[in-house]
Formats: sequence, C-alpha cells, structure tokens
Amino acid sequence: MTEARLMQGNEACAEGAIAAGVSFFGGYPITPSTEIAEGMAKMLPAIGGKFVQMEDEIASMGVVLGASLAGKKALTASSGPGISLKQELIGYAACAEIPVVIVNVQRVGPSTGQPTAPSQGDVMQARWGTHGDHPMIALSPWSVREAYDAAVMAVNYSERFRTPVILLMDEIIGHLREKVVLPEAKDIKIYPRRKPACSRAEGYQPYTPDKDLVPNVANFGEGYHIHVTGLIHDETGFPVGSPKITEEAIDRLHQKIEIARDEITHTEEYFMDDAEYAVIAFGGTARTAYEAVKNARAKGQKVGMVRLMTIWPFADKIVKALAAKVKGILVAELNYGQLVHEVERAVAGKCDVQLCAKYNMEIFEPQEIESGIDKLCAGGKD
Amino acid sequence: MRKQLRLSGSGGQGVITAAIIFAEAAVKEGKEAVQSQSYGPEARGGASKSEVIIDDAPIYHPHVQQPDLVLALTQKAAEKYYGDLHEDGILVLDEDLVPEPPKFKNTIRIPITKLAVEQVGKSLFANIVALGALVRITGLVDFETIKSSVAKRVPPHTVEKNMQALQVGWDAAGKAVK
Repeated sequence: MTEARLMQGNEACAEGAIAAGVSFFGGYPITPSTEIAEGMAKMLPAIGGKFVQMEDEIASMGVVLGASLAGKKALTASSGPGISLKQELIGYAACAEIPVVIVNVQRVGPSTGQPTAPSQGDVMQARWGTHGDHPMIALSPWSVREAYDAAVMAVNYSERFRTPVILLMDEIIGHLREKVVLPEAKDIKIYPRRKPACSRAEGYQPYTPDKDLVPNVANFGEGYHIHVTGLIHDETGFPVGSPKITEEAIDRLHQKIEIARDEITHTEEYFMDDAEYAVIAFGGTARTAYEAVKNARAKGQKVGMVRLMTIWPFADKIVKALAAKVKGILVAELNYGQLVHEVERAVAGKCDVQLCAKYNMEIFEPQEIESGIDKLCAGGKD
Repeated sequence: MRKQLRLSGSGGQGVITAAIIFAEAAVKEGKEAVQSQSYGPEARGGASKSEVIIDDAPIYHPHVQQPDLVLALTQKAAEKYYGDLHEDGILVLDEDLVPEPPKFKNTIRIPITKLAVEQVGKSLFANIVALGALVRITGLVDFETIKSSVAKRVPPHTVEKNMQALQVGWDAAGKAVK
C-alpha cells in the first residue's frame, strides 16, 4: 500500500492514465477538466512522454488518434463544449478501431452552459454523440480512488477492444479532494498494445479479427503497410462498397464488445439484502444517494442502492434482475432525466420507475433524494 | 466526530488553498477528509467558497450540510455563507474587511488581512494567517502538522514567511478568544 494522501479527482485521473501506460496527451484546457491537462503537462515530460496543447478540441482529438496509430497510448480530456467538437473523430476512432481514451468532466450544458458547475447531462451524448451504429464504453467513477482505477480500466479497455472509451467524470468528482491510498504499481494490470501475429510475407492483414473479434492492427512505422480510414473497410483496411462487408463490419464492431459485456459491466450494491425499493445512481451523485439511503434505512425504510460504474454498455441484466426483486426503483441523476430512460427500457414495466432529477448548478442534498425515496415507497404519491 | 468547515472570500484571497492545506493536515493525522470548492468563471474577484469535512468514518455526500465554522474574508462572503451555521458554531471574520458583522452569537473578529500586511509584509499571506487562527480555534489538527503541510504546499522561498504568517494567525486567535 502507498501512503495516504489528499488528492483531487482530476489529478487521480491523470495519474491513473500514466500508470496504465499513457505516454501522450493532446488537449485544450476547459473547466472543470483542466487539472487533467495540468497533471499530464507536469508528469509526461519527466517520463519521456509528450504533452501537446493544440489549437482547439478537434485538433486535440486528431492528434491523440495519430499518436495512438503510431503506437502510443493516448489520452485527451475536456468538458461539454469540447466533447461536442470531438464527436466526429470519436466516430472515426470507433470505425477505424483506434484505441483512445476521452475524459469528459461533465458540466452544465447545453452549449457553454455553466462553466464551473456540476452536471451529469452527457450520459446520452457519451452513447450517441457521434453518428452511426457503433458500440461505446463509458465509465463513471464515484470517488477519487475510483477515478484513478477507472482511468486505468479505460486505457486497458481501449487497448483490448481497440475502441474509444469515454471516462465520464463529473465536476463533483473531478474537483473533489479526498483521502486516497493508491495501489502499488506492481498490482496494476496493464493491457499491452496488440501486436500482429504474423509478417506481411505470411499474409498479414491489419483488420483480420483475432479470436476475440478484435483486429491486431500494427502500429505505424513498424514495417507493416497500413491503411486507415473512416470508410467501412474489409480486412485489408481499404474501403469496400459491399453490402455483405458493411454488415459484417458493423456486426463485428458491436460483437467484440457484446461478447465481453458482463465482464466490463461494473456495478455495486449497498443495503440490498432485504430491500423492497432501490435507488440507482452513478458518479458523484451516488455519494449523496448513499447518504440518503443510509438515512432512509435509519427511518426503517427497506431501501438499497445499485451504483453503476459502467454506464455504457448499460447494465441491462443487473437492472432486469433488480426489477424482478423490488417494488420500485428511483433513478437519481444530475440532469433532466437521461439514464432513467435506459432503466425504464430494461425494467420493461416489471416495477415502478421514478426519476429524481436536478439541473440547477447545484449537487443533490441527501434530503432531496430522501423525499424521492418517500414518494417511491408511497407508490408514487406525495 | 464529523466537523464541517466553510472558508469563504473573494477569488484570489486564497481560501481554496487554505482549505486544501487544512484537509491535507487532517489526512496526515490519519483522519478522513474531503475538500470541495465553488467559484465563478472569473479568476479574481468573484465569490469563492471552499469546504472541508473531517471525520473518523468515510465521508460520502461531499458538501457541508451545516457548518461548525464559517470563515469570511469579505462582507459579501459573510452575508452569503454564514446563514446555515450551526447555532453552536463559530463565525470567524476579517475584522476590517467585514465592517458590518452579521449578528451571530459566537463571532470571532480578527484583523486577518491587516496582520498579514503589517506583520508578514503582504496581504497575500492573509489566507495562511487565517489558517493559523483556524487551527487554534478548532483544535482539529496539531499546529506542528499544519506547519509541515503549509511548508509542503508553498513555494520553497516563501516557507519562512508562511511559517511567520501561521504564527501570527495562531497568536491573534489566542488573543481574540480570550
């Protein structure tokens, strides 16, 4: 165990990324994510890595994709307005299967919104911000320590699945400082960059899927001929206008994540043993929900909590099982209501689903979620 | 035992730094601590607030719900942030920058910024003077611990001045609560 220290969520995210092997950062500062760029600017030169502040968020996304194709594990970080600008190239990374991690420290939107205030309003943008059918992995930490762990996990998943991963933080955790004990370097599992299994002479094609459906695309500059495109392509990497290849390509993009879905869907349960009602929450809001559920228990209400650490892919199985067990679910989220739609879809009418929403620049107070619990336990009546 | 502190002023007075150092000292003493902040988009001059919660048990909800102590370094901050102070709590004010103190039972007035200028040389040290005072008033962390936490945070060539600022704050608090 390392020594306990006071650390900020954004700082932990930067340190976690470095621990996972990130050696390139491209970005453009924006509150409340700037401390991630600051941390990378401080740490990367010392370990032979590169930090580049680009002219804007679009260029920042382009430069991390280039670095990744050249063999570096790469990270960018931003908030709402910047994440919106990055969307086209996030889709490019999904289609061309380029490993990359995009950190979104959410703030109030839409547009420039409220620059320093907390929100969780980018849940659906994380999933569908870029156009077309594509899978997405998004992780949302609820503590400073978990921001570190989630950064490691995000980098590992991006490498393993060769896909963009969104680390969906919020201002609450990004700017929070708390006591943390970080893991020892030797206890951190790192997924290495995938390597071609054969040479060009042996018939290597960059987009031939491995057994886990993920291709072992060679890095630029290592002796292989690579063609990278955002057009739908076959195993050679060159575009093809064939319905069959197109269908297969889009199937595989989804299937490579789908077959690992259970393994990458991280959730935690609290006070659930005899619970008749449950609160679903994520990120910084889950801390307040935990406090509210604890208070509700003290009042004798049989309520528990399920916390989603993996937001995408959505925890369908867990929520379906929950719906079969409880009478009602309260979704607490710091937005106008986004994740609640996914919960309703998974619950499919098997139990009551209610929303506890807030979008006024302030985080929840435990009492607000407690009122939601009271209403839920009363079957939706005040 | 949970203790909740709110440090407030205007952007640039260093209340966020002071709160971070306080929380760091608590962690150094093996306690649980969280520190959060809220400020406007401007770098200087807007209202600035930073909160610290110290506990022996893990802390979930990260914001102060009812402060045990509020520090205000401007009139505006005093008016804005003392309202939900616990009735047995303590209000600590910069005597000169809060000329019209809110009516609150346990109010301690210390000429924090004036002391920083006159005894340490610059108003810049006001936050560390305040920190020295808060450590004495709350008794939450050891004076030696806060000294080492300050020394770790500030630029090396300013350590001596900052130690002096801590001492000035500590002494002033001793005088004020007598």
